[in-house]
Amino acid sequence: MTVRFEVNGKAVSVDVSARTTLADCLRHELHLTGTHVGCEHGVCGACTIIVNGDAVRSCLMLAVQANGAKVTTVEGLSPEEGLSPLQTAFKTHHALQCGFCTPGMLTTIHALLSEEPNADEDRIRDVISGNLCRCTGYITIVEAAMDARASYQHSRGDKE
Amino acid sequence: MKLPQFDYQAPTSLIEAVALLMAGKGDARPLSGGQSILPVMAFRLAEPSLLVDLRNIPDLRAIEVSAAGVRIGAMVRWRDILDNAQLKDALPLLPEAVDHVAHYQVRNRGTIGGSLAHADPASEMPAVALALDAVIEVVGAKGARDIAAADLFTGSLSTSLSHDEIIVAVRFPAWPATRRYAFEEFARRRGDFALAGVATCYDVDAQGHAKNVRVSALSIADTPIRLKAAEAAIEGRAIDADAIKAASAAASAEVDPAGDIHASARYRKALVGTLLGRALTRAAARTAR
Amino acid sequence: MKPHHGAHTSNSYIGAHIERVEDYRFLRGEGKYLDDISREGQWHAAFARSQIAHGKIRSIDVSKALAMPGVRAVITAADIEGDIPTIPFRRPNPTIGPYAQPIIARDKVRYFGEPIAMILADSPELAEDALQGVVADIEQLPVMIDCKRAMEDKSLLFDVTGSNLASIFNADKGDVDAAFASADFIIRDQLSTQRQTALPMETRGLLAEWDAKNGKLTVSGAAKLPFFNRTTMAAMMNLPETAVDYIELDVGGGFGARGEFYPEDFLVAFGARKFDRPVKWIEDRREHLMAIGHSREASCDVELAFSKDGVMLGMRGDLFINIGAYVRPNGMTPVRNAAQFMSGPYRMPAIHIAAYACVTNKTPAGTYRGPGRYEGNFFIERLIDQAAAGLGVDRLEIRRRNLLTHEEMPYPLATVLPSDGRADTQCDSGDYRVCFDACVQEANWAEKSKLQGKLIDGRYHGIAIGCFIEGGASGPQENARMVLEKNGDISLFAGSSGIGQGIETILAQIAADYLEIPMERITVFHGSTNLLKKGWGSYGSRATVMGGSAVIDACKKLLALFRISAAKRLGVEPEAITIAEGVARLADGRSVPLAEVASDHLEVDGSFKNQTPTYTYGSAFAHVAVDPGTGHVDVVDYVVVDDVGRIINSMTLHGQVMGAAVQGFGSVFSEELIYNEEGQLLVGSLADYLIPTASDYPVVRCVSMEQFPSPTNPLGAKGAGEGGIIPVGGVVTNAVANALSSFGVQPKTLPLTPSRVWEMIEDARVRA
Repeated sequence: MTVRFEVNGKAVSVDVSARTTLADCLRHELHLTGTHVGCEHGVCGACTIIVNGDAVRSCLMLAVQANGAKVTTVEGLSPEEGLSPLQTAFKTHHALQCGFCTPGMLTTIHALLSEEPNADEDRIRDVISGNLCRCTGYITIVEAAMDARASYQHSRGDKE
Repeated sequence: MKLPQFDYQAPTSLIEAVALLMAGKGDARPLSGGQSILPVMAFRLAEPSLLVDLRNIPDLRAIEVSAAGVRIGAMVRWRDILDNAQLKDALPLLPEAVDHVAHYQVRNRGTIGGSLAHADPASEMPAVALALDAVIEVVGAKGARDIAAADLFTGSLSTSLSHDEIIVAVRFPAWPATRRYAFEEFARRRGDFALAGVATCYDVDAQGHAKNVRVSALSIADTPIRLKAAEAAIEGRAIDADAIKAASAAASAEVDPAGDIHASARYRKALVGTLLGRALTRAAARTAR
Repeated sequence: MKPHHGAHTSNSYIGAHIERVEDYRFLRGEGKYLDDISREGQWHAAFARSQIAHGKIRSIDVSKALAMPGVRAVITAADIEGDIPTIPFRRPNPTIGPYAQPIIARDKVRYFGEPIAMILADSPELAEDALQGVVADIEQLPVMIDCKRAMEDKSLLFDVTGSNLASIFNADKGDVDAAFASADFIIRDQLSTQRQTALPMETRGLLAEWDAKNGKLTVSGAAKLPFFNRTTMAAMMNLPETAVDYIELDVGGGFGARGEFYPEDFLVAFGARKFDRPVKWIEDRREHLMAIGHSREASCDVELAFSKDGVMLGMRGDLFINIGAYVRPNGMTPVRNAAQFMSGPYRMPAIHIAAYACVTNKTPAGTYRGPGRYEGNFFIERLIDQAAAGLGVDRLEIRRRNLLTHEEMPYPLATVLPSDGRADTQCDSGDYRVCFDACVQEANWAEKSKLQGKLIDGRYHGIAIGCFIEGGASGPQENARMVLEKNGDISLFAGSSGIGQGIETILAQIAADYLEIPMERITVFHGSTNLLKKGWGSYGSRATVMGGSAVIDACKKLLALFRISAAKRLGVEPEAITIAEGVARLADGRSVPLAEVASDHLEVDGSFKNQTPTYTYGSAFAHVAVDPGTGHVDVVDYVVVDDVGRIINSMTLHGQVMGAAVQGFGSVFSEELIYNEEGQLLVGSLADYLIPTASDYPVVRCVSMEQFPSPTNPLGAKGAGEGGIIPVGGVVTNAVANALSSFGVQPKTLPLTPSRVWEMIEDARVRA
């Protein structure tokens, strides 16, 4: 089946079988390997991507269901060179170790803060409770997200 | 854990969708948000030959609030319910319960219709539907019909829907201004399936007594169940500490849960009572709208 | 603690808060993990696994699988010529030989999930589809899932040995009978910890490529100890070691389990060689839970002897460790560690502990972060709190009295036999009261102790403190090769491996300080066997101490060559040269920068040999609140204070200790691999194997000190990070017992699930 959608601002057309998940399509057909697959049953959150503005688990979405959608992956969150403010906050706060859960954390937090730039610590913890990390214990991830809020508030022109 | 092979169709009308399901003779399954069926398929516990995606069918995504009550389209997602300002007044138990559903990403795709059709006894929605006397609107080869929530759930992951029937909407009766409510569940981690949970509501009459008491429980039997002894224990009473204690004891006494790897039967039995006690305490503390 | 953003001058990297070199690619989604690479024409492997926990194989029929779409081949034991190879031990001992794991089941299956066939197909989907085409006819044998039942030997896993007891480790010291005879007070208890697994977020995976023309095998997906695995693979394949390379990519977490040699390692490579095709395998999460090493299933019956004022006199008893169906390469490590480290940081003059390693029909065990030490710490700390109550001695005082002091160092631990190369070991340095007092202070014990057992807003509050030693810097050696590149930059090829811990940063920091050049000029390559002749890897908290010390040796050698090269250019004797900040200088002002001698092709091999472990030590404090209605326990506050000898990177150290502590909470409360009586693993998903999430444990405070450098290595550093997890079981459980003291609840078994906590309270209520 042919599926057409937009990934990180570029239109793509891919031939996939019905059973191909969007995660596998992104990784193996489009070679966007930044999206990681940690469980394939919708629990770990490593495969989180942004579809039409919403954070979703790409292992629980068929590639064919992405037809017509706007998809953003971790690659799409990265500037041409260097790091985004959220990525920088992760680095500064040591919010990653092995890096495997990191793309899913970044996409999830990006989607959250894009909509809710004033999300408080409890809200952030609640949202990323759907993303498993085995290395950090999450505390530094929450700190990084809290720190990154300023850049989202700024870009939305919101006031504290 | 790759998905098994299947065909995929995304029809643009209900009629087409029903026809596809009919032709599938029980091997075809509707696909809504996919947040439950896809994991089940990843474990190859279900291997449908065809998934009929409902995403292109119009008119399944509306939330309608009227004097008669609330009607929610089957493809309405959890996050749509949480984002809807009207529901906080028109059906406040629902968003309170939905707040416990899975995680952020799943709430961005999972739907109310999909959850009811999946009929997981540990899910929040079936218990809420039961407590609120919801009516499930379905369309199938034999036409449209309404199913009372009490008649929908026939067992763990099974319903009275026939294989060609699709849930199109859920209707909830109007919410009286004097209604008190609460939803409580306890899960091992945030977003996990609950070890037990309760939804409760009642109307307060002029004397301050509880009327039309509803208590339903999830994750305590093969289906969501009404806890009728608990309801009877407080029907017509003021919801004070004694009443709450009585309801709590009745709830624990009337359930016969199974134990599993997450909790013993004995624990679950007690937990239902504890949660109902907490729910009623919160409900009673709420002020009228 | 604020990150350090400023420019670094020479000798300022070690000890600083340095952001990681690795992060840039990880954050941009540009890391390269195993499943991120593919080869033209590769086949995909899937493993058919036994659904029977114990049985005799009558036949395995793969004809249906072979006929399925896209299936290229199916390998069973029948395809392996001669004896089925078994996986060698990293630490052999005289009795475990017959218990080694065969790389595929031929006559018998011994656990649920044991590989019985490998499908090779055109895609992972088609390979998995074909699994249902493998039909195994297996005659069921009695299933043993319990250690003590297995030790009755009524049904044997290995007929040839006549026993289900693979090994007994005895830890001995002093005259234990005399100690108990003279005791004023003896506390005895039976306690247990549950079966767990490390659960790295990236599952295992391998990509094997056979170069038929050159007779060369390349295996990508290495982790932890690529060189040992290369040696193992070469021997099994009957190839010279130089004909096998293990390539390490980015690794999504290790924690002890990932990177050991597993049956699939051989089978994937075997398929690649047999069919002359690249073969790729990505483990799925369900099979990960049943196939990767389990750990921590241990119980004890132990007693401690005290004088009336709370001085420890001796410890004796038995440990029973359920190691599953086979002895895996490091399957004995938790067993011998539990025996040796039960005395922890305490002055224990007399010890006799027997640790029984018994085989059962469960997944074979290996290590998980703090192997044996976590279990042993739980046992002794539970006993100490109960002894304090029995003796009427304060819980702080009973520990302080027995903690080792600086004057006693080095302090010998019990001798463990049979020797696996680590029989005798001794605490290297430190004053264990220093961390203890700091922890008491940091935790605000004086104030918090008022909460003990109090019911506040419906929850019972409790506190506890516990002490630990860690054990790191596993020997015997590590190597590092250093090359001066054309542009004057340094390439560092380390035998240590990266498992997500930040080794590229740590080793670059060390090299930068010793070479006195900016860190940015050093690039670290690591792990793969094609980078240097021989290396060891990253296990047993060794990469910083062993790898870092090898880097220091390489730096010294490189500077020596630089001196000679510079002297030649300047026409002077080498002794006349002073080197500082990457520049060779003469007294007359002439100088040669490092980059200028690049044309001399400077290249050195550094190494560090050391058989003496380091012992980071510390104390941990927990404050919990227990909801008696649900049995839920909140960790209100958690403090861990450790002394790591010397801090290399305060940020990564802090991160690892904190992450390990949170892993420990998973151990105490939620993670458990449960089997039914038929030996089937009932935990098959991440919805059932419950690791901590972001909303579970928001408070962990870590303080690291560098009071007593280790005398074992030039850095003075000690292996660290594992210390975060070791004390968690003991201290948190003691805090729960303290919270529930009004009920007289004494938890004996982990995990403390809500159900179990509630039942303990309920049973106590019924008793009262």
